[in-house]
Amino acid sequence: MATHAERLTSGEDRDNRSKSVTSPITTDQSDHWKTSAILLQEVTATSRHYVDRLFDPDPQKVLQGVIDMKNAVIGNNKQKANLIVLGAVPRLLYLLQQSSSSLELRTECAVVLGSLAMGTENNIKSLVDCHIIPALLQGLLYPDLVFIEACLRCLRTVFISPVTPVQLLYTDPTVIPHLMSLLSRSQRTQEYITQIFSHCCKTPEHQTVLFNHGAIQNIAPLLTSPSYKVRMQALKCFSVLAYENTQVSMTLVNVLVDGELLSQVFVRMMQRDQTIEMQLTAAKCLTYMCRAGSIRTDDSCVVLKTLPCLVRMCSKEHLLEERVEGAETLAYLMEPDVELQRIASTTDHLVAMLADYFKYPSSVSAITDIKRLDHDLKHAHELRQAAFKLYASLGSNDEDIRKKITETENMMDRIVSGLSESSIKVRLAAVRCLHSLSRSVQQLRTSFHDHAVWKPLMKLLQNAPDEVLVMASSTLCNLLLEFSPSKEPILESGVIELLCSLTQSDSPALRVNGIWALMNMAFQADQKVKVEIVRCLGTEQLFRLLSDPDANVLMKTLGLLRNLLSTRPHIDQIMSSHGKQIMQAVTLILEAEHSTEVKEQTLCILANIADGNTAKDLIMTNDDTLQKIKYYMGHSNVKLQLAATFCISNLIWNEEDGSQERQDKLREMGFVDILHKLTQASDANLSDSQGRSEFFSF
Amino acid sequence: IYIYIYIYIYIYIYPFFLKKSVCNSKMLLYIGQCIFSGILYSLLSISASPPKTIHIGRASSGGGLPMSVLVHGDAALNEQEKELNQRLRRLYPAVNESETPLPRSWSPKDKFSYIGLSQNNLRVHYKGHGKTPKDAASVRATHPIPAACGVYYFEVKIISKGRDGYMGIGLSAQGVNMNRLPGWDKHSYGYHGDDGHSFCSSGTGQPYGPTFTTGDVIGCCVNLINNTCFYTKNGHSLGIAFTDLPPNLYPTVGLQTPGEVVDANFGQHPFVFDIEDYMREWRTKIQAQVDRFPIGEREGEWQSMIQKMVASYLVHHSYCATAEAFAKSTDQAVHEELASIKNRQKIQKLVLSGRMGEAIETTQQLYPNLLERNPDLLFMLKVRQFIEMVNGTDSEVRCLGGRSPKSQDSYPGSPRPFSSPSHKASSSQPHLTGNGPPRSSRDDEYDVDMEVDHFTNGVTESSSNGFLNGSSKHVESAQSKRQLCGGSQAAIERMIHFGRELQSMSEHLRRECGKNSTNKKMLKDAFSLLAYSDPWSSPVGYQLDAIQREPVCSTLNSAILETHNLPKQPPLAQAVGQAAQCLAIMARTGSGSCAFASVDDYLH
Repeated sequence: MATHAERLTSGEDRDNRSKSVTSPITTDQSDHWKTSAILLQEVTATSRHYVDRLFDPDPQKVLQGVIDMKNAVIGNNKQKANLIVLGAVPRLLYLLQQSSSSLELRTECAVVLGSLAMGTENNIKSLVDCHIIPALLQGLLYPDLVFIEACLRCLRTVFISPVTPVQLLYTDPTVIPHLMSLLSRSQRTQEYITQIFSHCCKTPEHQTVLFNHGAIQNIAPLLTSPSYKVRMQALKCFSVLAYENTQVSMTLVNVLVDGELLSQVFVRMMQRDQTIEMQLTAAKCLTYMCRAGSIRTDDSCVVLKTLPCLVRMCSKEHLLEERVEGAETLAYLMEPDVELQRIASTTDHLVAMLADYFKYPSSVSAITDIKRLDHDLKHAHELRQAAFKLYASLGSNDEDIRKKITETENMMDRIVSGLSESSIKVRLAAVRCLHSLSRSVQQLRTSFHDHAVWKPLMKLLQNAPDEVLVMASSTLCNLLLEFSPSKEPILESGVIELLCSLTQSDSPALRVNGIWALMNMAFQADQKVKVEIVRCLGTEQLFRLLSDPDANVLMKTLGLLRNLLSTRPHIDQIMSSHGKQIMQAVTLILEAEHSTEVKEQTLCILANIADGNTAKDLIMTNDDTLQKIKYYMGHSNVKLQLAATFCISNLIWNEEDGSQERQDKLREMGFVDILHKLTQASDANLSDSQGRSEFFSF
Repeated sequence: IYIYIYIYIYIYIYPFFLKKSVCNSKMLLYIGQCIFSGILYSLLSISASPPKTIHIGRASSGGGLPMSVLVHGDAALNEQEKELNQRLRRLYPAVNESETPLPRSWSPKDKFSYIGLSQNNLRVHYKGHGKTPKDAASVRATHPIPAACGVYYFEVKIISKGRDGYMGIGLSAQGVNMNRLPGWDKHSYGYHGDDGHSFCSSGTGQPYGPTFTTGDVIGCCVNLINNTCFYTKNGHSLGIAFTDLPPNLYPTVGLQTPGEVVDANFGQHPFVFDIEDYMREWRTKIQAQVDRFPIGEREGEWQSMIQKMVASYLVHHSYCATAEAFAKSTDQAVHEELASIKNRQKIQKLVLSGRMGEAIETTQQLYPNLLERNPDLLFMLKVRQFIEMVNGTDSEVRCLGGRSPKSQDSYPGSPRPFSSPSHKASSSQPHLTGNGPPRSSRDDEYDVDMEVDHFTNGVTESSSNGFLNGSSKHVESAQSKRQLCGGSQAAIERMIHFGRELQSMSEHLRRECGKNSTNKKMLKDAFSLLAYSDPWSSPVGYQLDAIQREPVCSTLNSAILETHNLPKQPPLAQAVGQAAQCLAIMARTGSGSCAFASVDDYLH
């Protein structure tokens, strides 16, 4: 940001000097600075003088005063601040809007205001507080081009500042169409307006407003403008317009510029002799279009142009900002496509190249160059989080790539330390990366365990914002899979309580992850663990989750129940203490409107209950439930039939006590007919596996 | 052999008749002209180019039709070769192929015996046992990679991975053992398909990229600016594989198991990887380096030096008014009297308008001893005068000529289609000297080109229509617009007389100063003009072009300046020449950046 501001200031000098022909004071700027630095007091006095002259009754003198003021403030932040404090802005705005003011005076006022805006953020704030924006927007209605340009220039400077609320551009609905119409006036209006648009398009609503006012048709021709600045700003507009916007992206793909498809224009802008900024922005446009589905991921302009361009942007020879943006855009581009991930993973040693992102600030810069150190420090977090994001995206599908990533120098250590960094952005990216890698069975068994990643992960879960929690708990789910060697130590660290508390979260994603992790944990677990889970979660919460509006939560809760109700002693024990509620909940679910997956899972739970010794009776004594099972055995969905039959088969198992009574009861209820039908069923599973022996022993 | 003779007949003899029958009506006139020029020829009693050249020139120009039928197979090949040449010229414009030829195929001489070549030496297959690494075999390209490429690139397509796919693609220096895969020995570098490792002069590889197999296209790019190399797979760059590469490496492939077949693309086809984009980046980098090169630490020094160079250039070429104005506005002194500049300007104007007689006379008046001391120069001027006489532009024949001087005068000043005269002159040279039997259709086209060039010289008609049509018009135009010595009998006599004088002057010179091959060739070429019925469209007709006055003019100008102790070349030209020489030396010493710093880029 600092360099940005500097650049603008120097640009200001050039622009203004060219206009100050009428000014008698074209003194040496450096002289002026010296004076102002030494004699601050005097400056205040002269500032006062400048402001006073704005109130002169003679319009000619006012004009001269404004021109003198213009020359005095160029590149002089102190002077700017002084003039603002002394109330120059309202007066200048008055003169700008006053109908009696000459065009020349108005123009000079706009130029001075533009100059004042080039100062510090505080200056901008003061200007905005003085309602400069509506005044200048009003000024755009005048026909004179020079005046319009001066107003636009000032508006541009104000709008690109982070302190200006972008909403101010959209309050008056006539502004956007008017700006669109001004695009044809001159190269300057094109540059300023496109720059305003690209900075003030922050939300989907903004995108829609601009889109509806013909932004695409109006800006597309500017991509071939002879002026580099115009081309660049127009390109930026497209990148912000297309970001996560299907409507814009779908339109863009059909736009022609001079008979050439827009995507081809972007490809040309990515050529390696273009500036890095242009290459990067063009690559962003194509990335957004691709992600919105308007360009296929296997299109050559993505595979052979955009992707290699973004990989290049990650290389060491570029500025840190560019490397951050390049990596983030690349991560976004290939997130959903494994083929792109594979290509990127072998392009220009990307995986190894990213390792360099963690070397800032470098030990060399710390000693030799304070300025460099400052710069490095500022970008170090950004670099790290970008690298983590890119690693996460690279490794999200392909096992070989994950292996390659974990084998990168100190990779696991970096993730571990990333998890506990102060910057939330880095923590989030690190956990995303860890999550992506945790999808690998091999990595779970090896590197994850070797580096005890569960420790910082657990720590992270204690106190973190929701977005981090979602990722971290999701990773924890994977770490709690039965084959993961980290499962044991995690259990011992009191994770159950933490997960149970997650299930009470307002965020469905957190509830899912919490219950999911519990489900994984309960899979083939000791009785002790199961009891602990039930105790900790509490039956009340368990049943609340069974009526959760989120289907995912429900599914995982049922999964947990099913995992809890496995192996006969566990079934009986849990059913003896919570049998009544469980049966109730199961019945409710079977009665309610749910997806087949939910119903299937529920029937599986019943089947598990039927496997218990004493638990069986809970079903056998409940005619309502038996009727339901019977119903599902005759259901059109094979999966549901299968689960229901499984349940019956458990109930009538020959070798167990009381099987004869149960068989009798079921025969009474008419199960035999259904079973006979099933034996003739088309599905092999149904007719075979469900044990003919039992059925025929009826 | 029969076919050969057949072709020969078709090419050389048949078209000759064809040609004659086309211009049947002009036949008589044509023969008459032949006799006439034959007389002139004998009058001069010198041995000009053998008359055979006439036949070749004409025959080939009319021989397109029958030949294309007979050598159809070759035509497709030539098409590919043409594309190759075009692509190589576009990719590597700085390479001087007469000095450092580019690789175009694998070398049948520089390979191990287990390697078989086919398809114009572009396809490589393995024909050994392939039992152990000892059975590995490599082949090198015909030539090493010239440094002046800047960035060099070739691709290899895996047609079949054979039994095990032990294929290596890379580079090696001359003399490296070919019974090995590239990369295993010193000065040898390779990327292997079976494990994806890179081998940098070592038997153990480093993990580098993905493996490759049947259907993959592997590219190898050598950056001769920073001496690195990277590979590509199916159009994707895999990143730097080698650094600190030595110069003069040959593209190399190695195979090791039966059934392995690979095809090379040295530019015969478009590349899968966008190498031109990569080159663009380096061109931009080098040009930025040139642009940012720090100049003169003291302020103003640089500017005043440039001003001096410009001023001296203007003075040198006698642009007096411009020079005066420039000197005035930049506050400089001119190191030559205005009168002297004007004199030179006058002489140059005469030379450039083809009035050589007057030019020589004026020179002798203004600089009395100059030509006496420089007999070679005088001879050159006189030869030019002879040519101008043939052209009908020299003052001596012009006053005798029946044609209006106006149209002749407009000649030198008339707008010409050539943007850079010197280029045109030099590029037309090889066409003319290449007088071997034109066997390929390409040579044939060159000749057509040549004729077209001459059209634009005298006739304003568009040359886009075919040569059959064009050749008949051509005879007409020669009749109506261009006649020897302007068509006057007296002028022809004067010219022949002058030619005899020139002949005796040449003999005299030889006796005095010894043999001089330049002079001899110059005279021979000039006299050869008379061997043709229409000198303008003859193989030596280029001499009649007004552009050819320019070197004569600048030589004379330099000689005059030298007598005044002024440099015979302006500093600006010297600087340009030196820059060009530097680039040539860079190319020879292996500095690849010369590829992207062409002097021409900065002159336009």
